[in-house]
Amino acid sequence: MTEDNATDTEAEDHGPTTFLTKYVWSQDHKVIAIQYGLTAIAIGLVALVLSWLMRMQLGFPGALEFVDQEAYYQYATMHGMIMVIYLLTAIFLGGFGNYLIPLMVGARDMVFPYLNMLSYWVYLIAVLVLVSSFFVPGGPTGAGWTLYPPQSILEGTPGYDWGIILMLTSLVIFIIAFTMGGLNYVTTILQARARGMTLMRMPLTVWGIFVATFMGLLAFPVLFVSGVMLLLDRVIGTSFFVPEIISMGEPLAYGGGSPLLFQHLFWFFGHPEVYIVALPAFGIVSDLLSIHARKNIFGYRMMVWALIGIGALSFIVWAHHMYVSGMDPAFGFFFAVTTLIIAVPTAIKVYNWVLTLWRGDIHLTIPMLFSISFVLTFVFGGLTGLFLGNVVVDVPLSDTYFVVAHFHMVMGVAPIMVVFGAIYHWYPKMTGRMLNGPMGQIHFWVTFLGTYAIYFPMHYLGFVGVPRRYYGYEDIEFIPQSVHDLNAAITVAALFVGVVQLLFLYNLVWSLKRGELAGGNPWRATSLEWQTPNTPPVHGNWGKNMPQVHRWAYDFSVPGADKDFMPQNMPRQSFEAADVHKLDPDPPTAGPPSDDPALPPREGEA
Amino acid sequence: MRFFKIITARPWLGEETAYSAEFDAALGADGLATLKTKRMGLFIFIGVATALFGLFAVAYYMRMMMGGWHMLMEPLILWPNTLILMVGGGLMQWASWLSKQGNVPRAKQAFFAGGIAGLLFLGGQLLAWQELIELGCYAEVNPANAFFYVITGLHGLHLMGGLFVWGNALFKTMGDASPAAITASIELCDYYWHFMLAVWIAIFALLVVT
Amino acid sequence: MVLAIVLVLIVLITVLFTFYSPWWFTPLASNWGTIDDALIITFAITGFVFVAVTLFMALAIFKFRHVEGRKAAFEPENKKLEWWLIGVTTIGIAGMLAPGLIVWADYVKPPPNAGVFEAVGQQWSWSFRLPGKDGKLGRAAVRFITDDNILGVDPRDANGLDDLIIDGDDLHLLLNQPVKANLRSLDVLHDFYVPQFRAKMDLVPGMVTYFWFTPTLPGSYEILCAELCGLGHSDMRSLVVVDEPGDYQAWLSEQITFAEMIAPEDVPEDMPEEVAEEAVESEQQPEVADEVALNVGPSTALSAELSTGEGTTND
Repeated sequence: MTEDNATDTEAEDHGPTTFLTKYVWSQDHKVIAIQYGLTAIAIGLVALVLSWLMRMQLGFPGALEFVDQEAYYQYATMHGMIMVIYLLTAIFLGGFGNYLIPLMVGARDMVFPYLNMLSYWVYLIAVLVLVSSFFVPGGPTGAGWTLYPPQSILEGTPGYDWGIILMLTSLVIFIIAFTMGGLNYVTTILQARARGMTLMRMPLTVWGIFVATFMGLLAFPVLFVSGVMLLLDRVIGTSFFVPEIISMGEPLAYGGGSPLLFQHLFWFFGHPEVYIVALPAFGIVSDLLSIHARKNIFGYRMMVWALIGIGALSFIVWAHHMYVSGMDPAFGFFFAVTTLIIAVPTAIKVYNWVLTLWRGDIHLTIPMLFSISFVLTFVFGGLTGLFLGNVVVDVPLSDTYFVVAHFHMVMGVAPIMVVFGAIYHWYPKMTGRMLNGPMGQIHFWVTFLGTYAIYFPMHYLGFVGVPRRYYGYEDIEFIPQSVHDLNAAITVAALFVGVVQLLFLYNLVWSLKRGELAGGNPWRATSLEWQTPNTPPVHGNWGKNMPQVHRWAYDFSVPGADKDFMPQNMPRQSFEAADVHKLDPDPPTAGPPSDDPALPPREGEA
Repeated sequence: MRFFKIITARPWLGEETAYSAEFDAALGADGLATLKTKRMGLFIFIGVATALFGLFAVAYYMRMMMGGWHMLMEPLILWPNTLILMVGGGLMQWASWLSKQGNVPRAKQAFFAGGIAGLLFLGGQLLAWQELIELGCYAEVNPANAFFYVITGLHGLHLMGGLFVWGNALFKTMGDASPAAITASIELCDYYWHFMLAVWIAIFALLVVT
Repeated sequence: MVLAIVLVLIVLITVLFTFYSPWWFTPLASNWGTIDDALIITFAITGFVFVAVTLFMALAIFKFRHVEGRKAAFEPENKKLEWWLIGVTTIGIAGMLAPGLIVWADYVKPPPNAGVFEAVGQQWSWSFRLPGKDGKLGRAAVRFITDDNILGVDPRDANGLDDLIIDGDDLHLLLNQPVKANLRSLDVLHDFYVPQFRAKMDLVPGMVTYFWFTPTLPGSYEILCAELCGLGHSDMRSLVVVDEPGDYQAWLSEQITFAEMIAPEDVPEDMPEEVAEEAVESEQQPEVADEVALNVGPSTALSAELSTGEGTTND
């Protein structure tokens, strides 16, 4: 074990020193995480502004002259793609995954730091390629984020000349970046955990990121395949997805391809993608609820099994996006059943979150407020998902505003609430200072109530039958004036919610210098990232002694303990050992003795 | 079964270090990933790449069922190419075996030759492309052609990635790397060469059979 | 505390909004009341769960809010409770799923007495085709399209000659007559959507898709495109008029047939089937395959049967 000590001194002596190596070409997972996070937030802001412009057109048609049909569809496409891929996927895995995995499992860094750095820079290139499509002739693609061919590569769709090529190229680059990052996350979790950190002692945050990354590694290749094939159809005129058609009166040279093949491939990626975003959010929110309710997460094992179950099931539900796509209707039966089955593990998660609150000691801190609002919005969005999953019920609702409202609730608002909650929660670890409280309160209440005011009534527009992806609704007979009024009201709410995000950004900057000093563990949390010797953690995270883990991450309010939390690296106490057999109906077969004499003394034991 | 045992453990009980064998250091004394870690990273990457090529095979099969499909006449040069890649895989394995036997100088030679075989294979693939293009079998003419170009192209790109790593390792073997480090590099390249070979044989079989 | 009250208020508003807001389904004009019923069942079950979970959460927040000296309970899991919840959830899900699947089985199987019409979409307009006296639609493919033959009906198919072509005008349907919509696109994806009928289906280039319904309420209804199809997506509309039998016959008699539409020299005299097949094969190879893709079915002779789309879902 002298090896380990050598690593320690090396980490301290040879940490990067210049500004460039420390903050730009950094191989430190914490710096890379922040780079990922800031880039994702920056591109997310672009998507936010695009949503304002779309809402203006919907609420007050013609108010902004430059938002014509072409611009509207371009904004809709870019908004969707940026939010799903470049913001949410990137910030949960590249941002929180990068920051939290090594700290939470007790590693010094990712196992392949160089690859990790490369992952960020490739991601940045993907973002830049995407952004560049705003500046090419024809502008970005307006094919909708699903990029369905043949429409996406034909005249009659905005950006069919350059925009679509750049979009597909950017996606392919993103997938390369993701693969580099994903390899790191999975290998680090499997290989670099601190001594004593069994898989089942990991916080659910790590479990969520772990399962999501695994899914991403399997699902993104599908997007890669379909992206490359679509690119070839567009650029050199192959016929993978395009049958014999006529465009703008001219017969084209395509023949024999199948648009449905693309849809199958796209959703085989697209549905797991929903959970790639959702599972890290599930994990993080489990931890936040537990910490701020001072209570262990209820049913930890069931939570882990549900994560794995959802991850596996999500690969066999994809065609519920295609009930009215013209595929063989017999598939409808199968996919309706699988889709509704996946609701069971998801429901378990909800029950366990709510039961974690029950008999807790609930501190309504800002991360907690966001977590609870996540549970509400996620329950709402999950339940409306049952409408859309239940095959025939989907028929009147598909392609209406019900779908828009549903997926914004479950995949937009809910994960974003977790992103906010997580930022308020871990900002003190990243900077050493708390975010400003009053600003946070305003941010929370306006965001929570505002988003509910936007998306809750929007479901009813779907009941009315208002179709989505419409530039305007003038003179559609069945749409009454009240729908236009409601659209205007939703737009006003959306602008409020948008503006308050600027307050949040201001808070991020303001608190950097002026926030209250946080100390090492302001939330009195148990998981390892709060037990680092320095805050913010320095390069190498742990200083001289690697942590030794003695317990799971949820020892809150344990009977007999003098404090209401026991950190994971706190040795087991005398009163606990006696409990083992009392709590466990069938005691496990004896493992190796807890203190292997071959091991050197660890932190807290020396 | 072991996985099942792991995920049914009750972590709130005092099952101290029940799986302590897992906690070997992932990073070696040099602060770099150990062979075990690298091997796992490589295997996960191989899993991802398998998913990628498998999906192309599925797409190929599904597209074949639809219209406008013509069988592709595989260029004959693909047969010698396959042989070359097989030889490359064999050389890599030999290198790996030699280096584990402690015969590092011979291992280096075999390792070098294995990489060269990979390069030759790539050249051969380019010749196959050229032959098809001269015959007018462009990608846009027929989806079978397009699949051929895409799948062989991606396989080639993956092999190029492997050759980049091989080049790096070769550079290392020239320097004063420890025999252990060389053995590790050779072993990893050996795995990857076999994977590339397996993928190629699967692709080739798919092309020949259909 | 505030949060608990807000959660209760949200539940209240949500419930009241559902019952008292003006935004609800358009009046039903087809036989698909069963879809509405399945939706209401789903709504009732999910609505109950939403109210229950949110109120429970509000209660927990109120009851267990932090006060000096409170200590949380320590309960890693409760197997019995968890299995109960799983069981109840499964029952609830089955309760939603069963009606959904039953109605779906109905939705995908047109009744034997159903008539047929064809809706053809292209950027950004609708055209329609009705079978003539023979009750069969002629074969069609994109490559037959000319200036006269705008829908690409195969001129060699006798079934198609008496088909009625409706271009740029309203579609009329007969009241209370079940009808199957065969859907075809000439360029990109579209979707035939009439909110009052509840039913909808995508139009996919290269294949024929279908759905069926029975119009049950006379009147005219707007047809919208519900699948993003480019710049003019929101302007791609037409009108379907549901007529009493008398009006319907009158309208029908005004329509012109395919044979009347195309130039006389294009109408083949009497082409035997073999020749027709040969003629097809002599054309470019990919297109033949496309034709096959369009018409995969038990027999390639009877075109109206072929256009069902049942055999054409190439996935």
